[in-house]
Amino acid sequence: MLDSFMSYLGSSVTPGEANNQLWALIYVLIIFAGVSVAVMAMNWLERKALAHFQVRLGPMRVGPHGLLQPIADAVKLLIKEDIIPAESDKFVFWIAPIIGLLAAFTVYTVVPFGPSQAVSDMNIGILFMLGVSSLAVLGVVMAGWASNSHYPLIGALRSSAQMVSYEVAMGLAVVSAILMTSLHGAGLYGVSKLSDGTGTLSMIGIVQAQQEQQVWFLFKFFPLGLIAFVIFAIAMIAETNRAPFDLPEAESELTAGFHTEYSGLRWSLFMLAEYAAMIAVSAIAVTLWLGGWLRPFPTWLSGPAWDFIFALFPGLTFVGLAAIAFLGTVRMPKHSYFRVQTIGLAAFGAVLALIGVLLLGIVIGAKVSDHDILNRTTEGLSNVFWFVFKVAVFMYLYIWYRATWPRYRFDQLMKVGWKVMLPISLGVLIVTAIVGVLL
Amino acid sequence: MTPVATPFFFYLLSGLAIAGGLLVITRRNAVHSALALIVTLLAVAGLYLMLYAPFVAGVQIIVYAGGIMVLFLFVIMLVSLERTIKERQFNRMWPVGLFAACALLALFMSVFAKGRALFPDRVPPPPEASNTQQIGVMLYGNYMFAFEIASLLLLVAILGAVIMAKKRI
Amino acid sequence: MNAPTKTDPNALSNLDLETPEKTYLDSNELIINMGPQHPATHGVLRVILKLDGEKVLGTECVIGYLHRGVEKIAENRTYTMFNPYVDRMDYVAAVSNGLGYCQAVEKLLNVEAPPRANYIRVILTELNRIASHQLWLGTHALDIGAMTPLFYTFRDREEILKIFEKYCGARLTTHAFRIGGCLYETYAGFEKDVKNFLAFFPSKIGEYEELLTTNRIWLERTKKVGVISAADAIALGVTGPVLRASGVKWDIRKAQPYANYAEFDFEIPTGENGDTYDRYLVRIAEMRQSLRIIEQAVNGIPEGPIMAKVPKVIKPPVGEIYHSIEAPKGELGYFIVSDGSTQPYRVRVRPPSFVNLQALDVMVRGLLVADVVAVIGTLDIVLGEVDR
Repeated sequence: MLDSFMSYLGSSVTPGEANNQLWALIYVLIIFAGVSVAVMAMNWLERKALAHFQVRLGPMRVGPHGLLQPIADAVKLLIKEDIIPAESDKFVFWIAPIIGLLAAFTVYTVVPFGPSQAVSDMNIGILFMLGVSSLAVLGVVMAGWASNSHYPLIGALRSSAQMVSYEVAMGLAVVSAILMTSLHGAGLYGVSKLSDGTGTLSMIGIVQAQQEQQVWFLFKFFPLGLIAFVIFAIAMIAETNRAPFDLPEAESELTAGFHTEYSGLRWSLFMLAEYAAMIAVSAIAVTLWLGGWLRPFPTWLSGPAWDFIFALFPGLTFVGLAAIAFLGTVRMPKHSYFRVQTIGLAAFGAVLALIGVLLLGIVIGAKVSDHDILNRTTEGLSNVFWFVFKVAVFMYLYIWYRATWPRYRFDQLMKVGWKVMLPISLGVLIVTAIVGVLL
Repeated sequence: MTPVATPFFFYLLSGLAIAGGLLVITRRNAVHSALALIVTLLAVAGLYLMLYAPFVAGVQIIVYAGGIMVLFLFVIMLVSLERTIKERQFNRMWPVGLFAACALLALFMSVFAKGRALFPDRVPPPPEASNTQQIGVMLYGNYMFAFEIASLLLLVAILGAVIMAKKRI
Repeated sequence: MNAPTKTDPNALSNLDLETPEKTYLDSNELIINMGPQHPATHGVLRVILKLDGEKVLGTECVIGYLHRGVEKIAENRTYTMFNPYVDRMDYVAAVSNGLGYCQAVEKLLNVEAPPRANYIRVILTELNRIASHQLWLGTHALDIGAMTPLFYTFRDREEILKIFEKYCGARLTTHAFRIGGCLYETYAGFEKDVKNFLAFFPSKIGEYEELLTTNRIWLERTKKVGVISAADAIALGVTGPVLRASGVKWDIRKAQPYANYAEFDFEIPTGENGDTYDRYLVRIAEMRQSLRIIEQAVNGIPEGPIMAKVPKVIKPPVGEIYHSIEAPKGELGYFIVSDGSTQPYRVRVRPPSFVNLQALDVMVRGLLVADVVAVIGTLDIVLGEVDR
């Protein structure tokens, strides 16, 4: 046991590739916990950011600035009465949220947080991600049907039609990015070092291809990569049923859509699955077009000095967050009523600052002592940080969209999907292939 | 990557596939049948993985479990449950079907029994990493013509469906 | 008046509609109850929808969930006592309701409110029109899925409500006017508050418009949705912004000026297509016109008494009167029959929301469920007024 624990530490591949089940399990647990925490953080952030978009404060009561609100919500949902409608199909009603959650979490096995920071690297990684995330729609459809009620049924119908339609445009956009993984962007004609000069479907391979070609696919064959990225960015909102494509749960029309009859824990599973899926598709977009774990400007700002500066970013981010928390502490009302909250916020800031200092210490220590473990930790931290940072940008965009746009109507949604996005993505695919052959 | 506990997973997946298949034809509720069919399809995808065909497995999940089954459910959900419960589950042709199924089973058994002589003992598994590439070469190289004909056929089917569903285009 | 072009009004109430074009993939028709508890029906409206998939084949509105018998109550109250009740009909435009009622009784008594009272009335009524349109805009946008405008409009509506509160102590059901004029003199700083509002609000309208007017999704959701022709609108008795968006230049403030509206210079914004987008533009333009009226009124407000000579016990002569005003939602009319006693013999209110709601069926047939929500929003109904 200890052997297999230690033996992996020196390797530079994923646990799956190293065939190390123990570390694979550790990674799975870390990712599961990480995603769950990220969903809670996202829940808080969404309410806060949305509130500030809309000239209100958002949660302020539970914990300082509502920081404990997601936990309070989770506890409330857990202890709520579990209602199963009398006329529903009990088994399907019971299993639907679980299917949605499973599909949303399974895709994380291949999400590449770094060249070795993934549970496993499949050679059909991107196909696996698309395939498993497409199973999420089954949960939605089953929930809508099993509720045996009109609004959920219409919500489920809408959602299944929407997700199946947008998968097409999404898939074609992904294919045009995959074409780019070979050097010239024409599959077999490429001369990349990866597996005999061909492109790749592996998530890690895709990022490595961007590293080798020294270009994020967003900018490759400008503007082809950009167009494909925009198509994907739109389709992924539709896939995750978020505003402005949140028709399946359009509250003004269908009360709550497919999860109208759900409450308590089961409902929270749907929410968890929704946010996990949002993070997952953002991870796909980051991997395919935004260079995954690669730091920005690798050629323009190259050299060990810049490497060191960019390696400081994770620590600096936490220090910055701590500074914001301390600023909040200072600005807290000076009243005995707020004492506990003030202390809480200060403690939260202190924890953030501690993490930041620890990260900075690791990076500086690695720079000074050049110790192998420290070096590898620095690199791993940097990889994970840039990946998470890019995903976080997408998460913020999700909130921004929701605050800005009205909702599409169903037929308009279908029109956009089939008559606009599909032809454009098909055209981009063909042009990418032609450009790849000609170059 | 070396597979772990191969026989165990083989029997598990096959068992799941067969059980799912039986449930598909015995459930009275069409939605339950569809769910059982999804289990079967996923189990078969797992079997593909064990046969070192990850690409086919991925496509199986995307196309069948993710796409076609959703469309199935889409249609089934609109069917009135009360009416289907009242209807006979098997029509009068079931002995013929049973006979055909038995004949197919017998065929498989005989191939399995005699096939050892016909087929080479054990084919070395192709390298997993190039599986997708090989499929690409086959489809767009050796079998280009057949592939294009198949896609044309599908196009005809789509057009037919559109014409049947929509009177005025 | 032109006859309705599309639908026979008598056939509106039954759901026995023509079946749509048959295809090989016919699905079952679905009957859905939207409401009375539904986030988008603005209260307790129940709409029975007959759907083919998501397409609306017909609707039937079931009303009365908020019926309080306001008209019957009037018969058992004196004229003065009934005044606060009218605030509870269209509770987002309580000032307009009160104005209509007070003026109807004044007409019956043959009393004329003094000029200063009329100016105060006009300022408050127009502020109330803006507040009502703000609430409409916020909820309408929310129905279509845009959350943010709601909070912007509520932020600015607050300023109007503050003025109301300072003037008469109430924010929503104000009971601001009395028969014969106003009870309260304006508070110190009233003019300053109103002028402040006039100064900052135009940029806020710009803020709303920035979010919606050229927003692509908003355009797609509202253009050519819920179209009603001028002829249909007139035949169904539709009034207010809904009628004006269809291109009919009909505004009681101009057509039959009451209070002292004749003294002010303002325009009647009209639309062309009679769709949801035009109704949106018309109401936005009306907010700007209201600002114009308020500006003229607050600059020209004369000194003088605010109450006409009205007997302590109001006992109108035997007779009947119909008086209507342009409420934010359309023509608000009061028909009062007096038998010479202290209590009205009969009061009948012609509420704009109730009449406008009739047009829902004509407007949504053939559209999708999502459009029903948009159209209910664009009609700007208040169920308190529909059910009374």
